Amino acid sequence: MATKPKKSVSDPIARSAAKSIAAASLESKSASERKTVLVTGAAGALAKRVIAKLYGQYQVIAVDFRSKVETDAGIPSYLVELHKRGFEDIFNQHKIDAVIHVGRMFTHEKTPQQRYNANVLGTKRLLDLSLKHGVGQVIIHSSYFVYGASAYNPALLDEDAPLKATEVTQDLVDSVELESLANIYLWKHPQLNITILRPCNVLGPGVRNSMSILLSRPLAPVLVGFSPLMQFLHVDDMAAAIMLAFDKNLPGIYNVAPDDYVPFQEAVTQCGCRRLPIPSIPPALPKMLSNLLNWKAFFPPYLINYFKYPVILDGALFREKFGWKPRRSLNDIFSYYRKQKLVLSGKP
Amino acid sequence: MRSGLNLKQRLQQQLVTPEILALMARMPKPTGSFGYDAWGYNEDAATLAVASLKLLYDRYFRVEASGLENIPPRGRVLLVSNHSGQLPIDGLMIGVATATNPHGPRAVRGMIERFFPTVPWLGNLMNAIGGVIGDPVNCSKMLAAEEAIMVFPEGVRGSGKLYKERYQLQRFGTGFIHLAMNNDTPIVPVAVIGAEETMPALANLKPIAKLLGLPYFPLLPIYAPLPARMFIHFGKPIRFEGGRADESEISERAAQVKESIRKLISEGLAARQSVF
Repeated sequence: MATKPKKSVSDPIARSAAKSIAAASLESKSASERKTVLVTGAAGALAKRVIAKLYGQYQVIAVDFRSKVETDAGIPSYLVELHKRGFEDIFNQHKIDAVIHVGRMFTHEKTPQQRYNANVLGTKRLLDLSLKHGVGQVIIHSSYFVYGASAYNPALLDEDAPLKATEVTQDLVDSVELESLANIYLWKHPQLNITILRPCNVLGPGVRNSMSILLSRPLAPVLVGFSPLMQFLHVDDMAAAIMLAFDKNLPGIYNVAPDDYVPFQEAVTQCGCRRLPIPSIPPALPKMLSNLLNWKAFFPPYLINYFKYPVILDGALFREKFGWKPRRSLNDIFSYYRKQKLVLSGKP
Repeated sequence: MRSGLNLKQRLQQQLVTPEILALMARMPKPTGSFGYDAWGYNEDAATLAVASLKLLYDRYFRVEASGLENIPPRGRVLLVSNHSGQLPIDGLMIGVATATNPHGPRAVRGMIERFFPTVPWLGNLMNAIGGVIGDPVNCSKMLAAEEAIMVFPEGVRGSGKLYKERYQLQRFGTGFIHLAMNNDTPIVPVAVIGAEETMPALANLKPIAKLLGLPYFPLLPIYAPLPARMFIHFGKPIRFEGGRADESEISERAAQVKESIRKLISEGLAARQSVF
């Protein structure tokens, strides 16, 4: 969809945001006066791209729970768990103006309990510390998983559609609760200027979510007779979306998705995978197989429904309000996975 | 899987004529880079479906359509029809009539029952040829996207009725009036003649229906559609002003549409010379 950035500049919030961006770029001359942005999940492909875009204009602080990230000169990097006590030290040592919360413990990392602690309690602590230390803007990176994959889903879900992920599985409790927490802080503490982004499947070089791991495999499990429609976004485009949300500062909840769609099995084939048909009846069978074969990294038992029923987002609000349009097509995204396989197999 | 593709390609070669391709190209139907829209409609699948159903349309049911000029060539529209014949053959034939309309072909969207997406292959297939679960969100989003939607306000009350009740319109739901008013959409009344005779149900075997989880299960002389000649009449578009209206006004408007369909049916029945 063609979007007109002019439209959003005409409203007062956007204009004031534009002013603050202009101010920020003026400040970039004196390093000491640059705004400070804390980015979580810094070891991940998405946060790395966001940090690269922020670098130079802002003072960046990189945080991750997995590893201490090797960063460019002048970017302090911390290995810290958000829900642990040491996290506040960062807020004491730096005057943080904004937080971009990309870091998430994926569903295949560690136990559900650890995931809950990191994602829900960690986010709560991040928001509390932001409040305490006067952070003026928070971007939260959520997921389309929150809507839940149900046979009864209409297509083009709006941001106000009910979040039914937990109807299907308790394993996604953390992603839904993280969102409801962020929502509470969004209306209770407007000074935090919280923007929640719900992207569709994000793919591309370095991305380690379950869909990306699955499409990187030569053999990809698919459910017999089910090929749900999906949306995919290149990680560069998602990084651009986060930057736009950060620059324009229009608090709220936004789906981030292109208006282009492809069935899962077509995507699998386009990525150069061979399809491994998994019997879909009885419904418990694919879950059992996933458990048995320990496929939790790319075909986890609690995500089976997302390989069965579509969760299609209406991304029009974000596209129009922020003037965002993905630059990479579906074919651009898939060709990365195709080429990756050719390189691995040693063929030219 | 490869043999499946070959079969599809072979079917495409045999069935899809240049005329069908030309009609599909004229349809005002936007799709993405892989030929899909947000509801799973797929150009290739729809083309193949129109091409194969056109054979049934021309040779088996020998459908004659009239009033095709009443379907707007582009822009949102609700096609509201009587429903009959146990299986949704009437819907498929309306789909072929609109897809091959010389005044402007349209890809018409049908509302499917909510259990279809849970059926392997069938769910995806029905989406690919234009079927969508009958959710109000789907309907209003599709109308906003200037789609043509087919509605059977009688639902299973119409399709499941017995042969002795043929051409008697059953109770109309009023959802389509709300949709039309909220989305400023014209209604084209449609009457299908002949579908009643394709599957003349003598009784509804309720225990079997219950056992199979189906809305009804007909007792039929033969469990295959009979080659009854079908006639589809499209009436003049009806427009209702938007804004607030209470339920009694909504029901009145639904009754008005029902009356225009009833009129089309009685004219159609009077003009019909033989059932087969």
